[in-house]
Amino acid sequence: MMEILEGSHAVAEAVRLCRPQVVAAYPITPQTHIVEALASMVADCKLDAEYICVESEFSALSACLGASAAGSRVYSATTSQGLALMFEVCFNVAGMRQPVIMTIANRALGAPLNIWNDQQDSISLRDSGWLQFYAEDNQEATDLHFIAYKVAEDHRILLPAMVCFDGFILTHTYEPVDMPSQEAIDAFLPPYKPVTILDAKKPMSLGMYATPDYYMEFRYETDQAQKRAKEVFAEVGAEFAAKFGRDYSGLVEGYRLEDADMAFIALGSICGTVREAIDEMRAEGKKVGLLKIRSFRPFPSEEIRATLSGVSKVAVLDKNISLGQKGAVALEVRDALYGSGIDVKGYILALGGRDVRQADIKAIADLLEKGEGDQFFGLRTEVL
Amino acid sequence: MTEECELFECGHRACGGCGPALAARLIMKGTGENTIIVASTGCMEVFSTPYPETAWGVPWIHSLFENAAAVASGIEASLKKQGRDEHVVCICGDGATFDIGMLCISGAFERGHDITYICYDNEAYMNTGIQRSGATPYDADTTTSPAGKCSTGNQRPKKDLPAILAAHGATYVATASIAYPNDLIKKVQRAVSTHGPNYIQVHAPCATGWGFDGSQTMAVGRLAVETGLWVNYEMMNGEVERVRKVAHRKPVDDYLSVQKRFRHLYRPGRNEEEIAKIQAIADANARKFGVDLNVKKEE
Ligand SMILES: Cc1ncc(C[n+]2csc(CCOP(=O)(O)OP(=O)(O)O)c2C)c(N)n1
Ligand code: SF4
Repeated sequence: MMEILEGSHAVAEAVRLCRPQVVAAYPITPQTHIVEALASMVADCKLDAEYICVESEFSALSACLGASAAGSRVYSATTSQGLALMFEVCFNVAGMRQPVIMTIANRALGAPLNIWNDQQDSISLRDSGWLQFYAEDNQEATDLHFIAYKVAEDHRILLPAMVCFDGFILTHTYEPVDMPSQEAIDAFLPPYKPVTILDAKKPMSLGMYATPDYYMEFRYETDQAQKRAKEVFAEVGAEFAAKFGRDYSGLVEGYRLEDADMAFIALGSICGTVREAIDEMRAEGKKVGLLKIRSFRPFPSEEIRATLSGVSKVAVLDKNISLGQKGAVALEVRDALYGSGIDVKGYILALGGRDVRQADIKAIADLLEKGEGDQFFGLRTEVL
Repeated sequence: MTEECELFECGHRACGGCGPALAARLIMKGTGENTIIVASTGCMEVFSTPYPETAWGVPWIHSLFENAAAVASGIEASLKKQGRDEHVVCICGDGATFDIGMLCISGAFERGHDITYICYDNEAYMNTGIQRSGATPYDADTTTSPAGKCSTGNQRPKKDLPAILAAHGATYVATASIAYPNDLIKKVQRAVSTHGPNYIQVHAPCATGWGFDGSQTMAVGRLAVETGLWVNYEMMNGEVERVRKVAHRKPVDDYLSVQKRFRHLYRPGRNEEEIAKIQAIADANARKFGVDLNVKKEE
């Protein structure tokens, strides 16, 4: 059913349809509306879940780990400082192969304190073992929750997943969203069937310590599960498309790339701005296109190579920076395109919520044409 | 395998005479098999679960050093939702409990989860090599509170965690000692059958960290109680209910002089001033809890 919903409320509604049995989360801007909405759903008996009012994000994810290990479908949401506080637990949840789903309302990390959007928070956890999916709009943010649960809980995968959507730009924006019915989601996403759980009738130990004789094999297996997630994501995305008519089967999604010789690469809501800019540039005769990365973990290297085979120049837009190096996405794209002869330039932009307009995207296209890149874009040099 | 070691199996890698290993065995007798154990990083986790072996005959989970209480909160909520009724029991060291885990414990107790949190108190971080914790007693020598020319060891008294958790609204709070096995088992039974957040602190001498012969664990544990440096008591809803009395309290020397961690109080000569301070701690304990038999508790 089509509804006009705030992004956070659309996500909360999607989470409700997934029937989590335990929810544990701690408020932080711009994620707060999600947990508030879920709390009132529980209070109104619209969501039959245990809602644990934890005292911190550290406990939120720890409680999710315990609840998941005991056999329940669980949910959390956070951003920025909250995610940073969870760092240690994030590695633990992935290492213990618990399919926890967590929404990240992407926000900058302090200092300086800044509540606005960039993607430094989730990107900083790229090596933790969590699957990471990025939404362009609120419809996609909604749908990715159904898909994330199904992929994460698949017995070939058993990994936690972050569904990332841009703070304020999406969380606080009202957009029409086609919300599936409970019956349709129940048919798509069956109840969670764990492989092993903490159960007094079948004792087993979980989270033991492993010596050098065994540790590496755990990391290897987690890496293999990440890689398998590409195929499973495509499968689940295709099934979703067949049932709901919206296609998320691709880990990447191209826009006007067929005859393009220049391409932008980006994650999340900025893709909307880039699409508009591309339409304008196309009208001016520039052959540009967009490659949106939907899944940052697993990283779709082969898909990027295949999709960009006809392109000669690529501009990667990064809402994050690995300080002392470059944007994380640019580095990974360059790795994916290594040896292809395609010129990859990175641009750091929109950190801490700085606005990006169509004109900026066009300016970046000009820089790329001149071969100028690997730099901050939109720096206010007068305040430096 | 004897029946005693059914739930905490005979096979583990603790030092000979390890108080915490004994505590685990006794605790499991109290919880029974319908139990899920949540552990923190520390000696016990390491000596009982080197992958792919485990000493635990019940479901057991370790996550991190500091989040056992939060993991237990999640497990409890998950069981509740599924209509299951296993006991959820944390077994954690004093470092995990007094120091780094306080945030999670405070949260879990304030929320009133139906869990039993048991701290095996060996009075320092043993797993990382004997560093002080908030549970380390006054004047104990540890690697981060070393006795030296200008120091007599740890300069702070033990944090009163039972009182702190009672103030959180814990239903049942108790202290126990591995030297009084039946008392410990009974307290565990009482805790797991009492609804709400419950706390037991078990005095568990560590032969390696305290420096005594592994055959003396029980004797050292008993001396702590007999000197009044450790008091076994029970609290229900914040009120002290029962205290183990001592007929003829022994001088603290009897306890201190058998442990290397207090050796500096006796060498080169007897440090009268410091030993008097420790005796004063024991006397204050005795007064506060009415430990001495035939002596009326001061008003
Ligand atoms: C966040 C974090 N900091 C430090 C450590 C290192 N560490 C592991 S166990 C431990 C001490 C454990 O002490 P305690 O809880 O008293 O248990 P014990 O080893 O004495 O049984 C420390 C400091 C860790 N694992 N995690
Ligand atoms: S160091 Fe102490 S607590 Fe650790 S195994 Fe040895 S005796 Fe037990």
